[in-house]
Amino acid sequence: MEHQKTSKQLLGELLDKHYADALQAKADGKPVAWSTSIAPQELLETMGIHVVYPENHAAAIGARKHAQEFINHSEGKGYSVDICSYARVNLAYMDIQQCEAANIPLPDLIFCCNNICNTVIKWYENIARELNVPMIFFDLPFNHAYEVSDQNVRYIKAQILEAIIRLEEITGQKFDYDRFGEVMRISSETSLWWKNASLLACAKPSPLNGFELFNYMATIVCMRGTKEGLELFKLWHDELKEKSERGIGPWKDAEEKYRVMWDGIACWPYLGDTYKVLKKYGINMVTSTYPDSWYIVYDENDLDGMARAYSSNYVNRNLDFGTDNIVNIVKDFRLDGIIYHSNRSCKLMDFRQFEVQRRVEEATGVPSVIFDGDQTDPRAFSLAQFETRIQALVEMMEARKKEWGVS
Amino acid sequence: MMNDAINLIRELEDMGRNPKISILKTMKETGKKAVGCFPIYTPEELVYAAGMLPVGMWGGQTSGTLSDRYLQGFCCSIMKANTEQALLGQYDFLSAVIVTAYCDTLKCVIENWKIASPQLNVVPIVYPQNRKTPSGKMYMKDEFLRIKKELERIAGNVIAEQDLLESVDLYDEYRCIMQEFTDTVQDYPDLLKAKTRHLIIKAAYFMDKKIYNEKVSKLILELRKLPPENSRKRKRIILSGFISEPDGLLDIMTDNDMYVVADDLAHESRQFRTIAAKTGSPLDRMIERIALQDGCAFLFDEKKSRGRMLTAMKEKYRADGIIFCQLKFCDPEEFDYPIIKKDLEAAGVASLYIEIEQQMDSLEQLRTRIQSFGEVLA
Repeated sequence: MEHQKTSKQLLGELLDKHYADALQAKADGKPVAWSTSIAPQELLETMGIHVVYPENHAAAIGARKHAQEFINHSEGKGYSVDICSYARVNLAYMDIQQCEAANIPLPDLIFCCNNICNTVIKWYENIARELNVPMIFFDLPFNHAYEVSDQNVRYIKAQILEAIIRLEEITGQKFDYDRFGEVMRISSETSLWWKNASLLACAKPSPLNGFELFNYMATIVCMRGTKEGLELFKLWHDELKEKSERGIGPWKDAEEKYRVMWDGIACWPYLGDTYKVLKKYGINMVTSTYPDSWYIVYDENDLDGMARAYSSNYVNRNLDFGTDNIVNIVKDFRLDGIIYHSNRSCKLMDFRQFEVQRRVEEATGVPSVIFDGDQTDPRAFSLAQFETRIQALVEMMEARKKEWGVS
Repeated sequence: MMNDAINLIRELEDMGRNPKISILKTMKETGKKAVGCFPIYTPEELVYAAGMLPVGMWGGQTSGTLSDRYLQGFCCSIMKANTEQALLGQYDFLSAVIVTAYCDTLKCVIENWKIASPQLNVVPIVYPQNRKTPSGKMYMKDEFLRIKKELERIAGNVIAEQDLLESVDLYDEYRCIMQEFTDTVQDYPDLLKAKTRHLIIKAAYFMDKKIYNEKVSKLILELRKLPPENSRKRKRIILSGFISEPDGLLDIMTDNDMYVVADDLAHESRQFRTIAAKTGSPLDRMIERIALQDGCAFLFDEKKSRGRMLTAMKEKYRADGIIFCQLKFCDPEEFDYPIIKKDLEAAGVASLYIEIEQQMDSLEQLRTRIQSFGEVLA
């Protein structure tokens, strides 16, 4: 009998296959798309177009400590040090096309959705211009009211229908609506299992070491619409559930003393360093604001629901929603503290952080710290500053436990 | 003749130089309420049609640390200045503020302002980025109708179709006059030095458009009576970027024998360089104008046409060079620059890139760079 793979093994294999398949598709003369991380990939999956995700790729380059050479190249071309480092890495990769971390084929079309930021509009405009490829762009208006309005849903749905026509024109193929329905169902189901798995970290101790979320995130980005992706998250869920039922915590060699949330993106070049600092103090990052961004769930063939779901991620929502979201996370995951990453690359996440921090603290009493960093630019992070902030957080969490007997 | 022109120039310069005083003066003269309008584009026509004054909010010369409560240090200086002034209560005379969402910073500013300055009646507006497609135009109409209702509530009266039509016509007229004005500047490099040109254009943000149109039309008329000035020794410059402030930077250009023959600044010509055809309803015309407005960092442009547009402008205005005024921490402009640079280099157009913040302690570094650029052009 074949030995059953762990989700971790499967994750590695699937990611390798994801990149290999895209390179092979390109070699075979099939179209390849580049897409932003929370775009309606269902359309591309339905058309059988291979997709790679520059954000995933830039994060991988960052995590394997290759970002600096790409960043230097972009800055040499006139890109400011102040713009998103994912963009600086990717726009350089477009020229260099070679990295030990992973290689991706150049795109024949690009797929851009501004529910994650307006920066991607500019970034992808430049790709489209430099490579002379078509750009399909989904404009998901910022939701300054608490809920996603019907007006926005109408606009987004119309854009999905326009994109289908454009894809048919670009590929010369008919769009298969039956297959679309199936992909919609799989995508929602994968999202559900991703969420179910991440929610198991509510248990005390958490069976999940939250830094694993950052690893699995690459797959929820790139395999949400596939059966393999769905199987992976079911398997991961079952493993965590079993661990939790047996009362096993995040680490074999240490106990979970404090439970915290990480707001924002990881510092990829310092993933191991930041992890070690937290673990040293017994801090388990049980969740992040991030995972819910891929909780994109709607009914099969419900285009309105799909439009609404894609516009519902927290960075595209207003400050009241952002606050409630974290307040709920604090309660559900029984947090002791919060770490806010003031990420030089992401103004959309940063410029609400101060007010959100004040409000969450007022609503929950849970202490927090903000540290300066960046998702991929290694120059914008100081490990010493990070550790000092974490020490301050530990002191505050400890004081609160003593004062309130909170444990 | 000369005196008439000079008097008008001085008057408009003054209006441009002192935003708050100018707005209060206009409010007093017209008896209208004022509504603040954030960069880059807002439906000013609706504000005007509601019987109120749309006034520009493009930062200011302010210093302070109140805005640090909401914004990190790497936020653009315009939004820092606006937030600082809002927190100081400097805008409390406004009946409402229309805040846009063209960039990620602006989205956050909408949210922070609702909380920090509730008395300002923040009216958020999100322009569609897919502005040329049927769905984008449908959404823009929905958005304009939503804002129209908000403004009617603030003004306390309904916007009649005829009033809106007149307002849209007035704004078209404004854009037409301003195109003529900026084209006239090139014949009068002494009377309309770089800073003067800037302040006259800026004055439009603080005056009633009807009065402003009359003044600028008269100025053009008076200028045309004068013989063109000798400009042979001067270098003809096009400015690109968000804004040309602090305006001391413009004095440095003048000191180095440069004058501005045209611009692609968000704060200046982008406000008036595009006019839609007079077909369809007033709202359709407003929608069409945004659909046609290309070469702007804040509006999705699949063709990325700005570099080519600047190259064409260089030919049209026989410019010697282009100065790209990069507002620090302004992402959309920062993303456009490398492509523009490539296009300009390919076309052999001389250009200078300078990084600015609206409030700068010292302009000496810029002086050296502008001086060197002048020497390159000589």
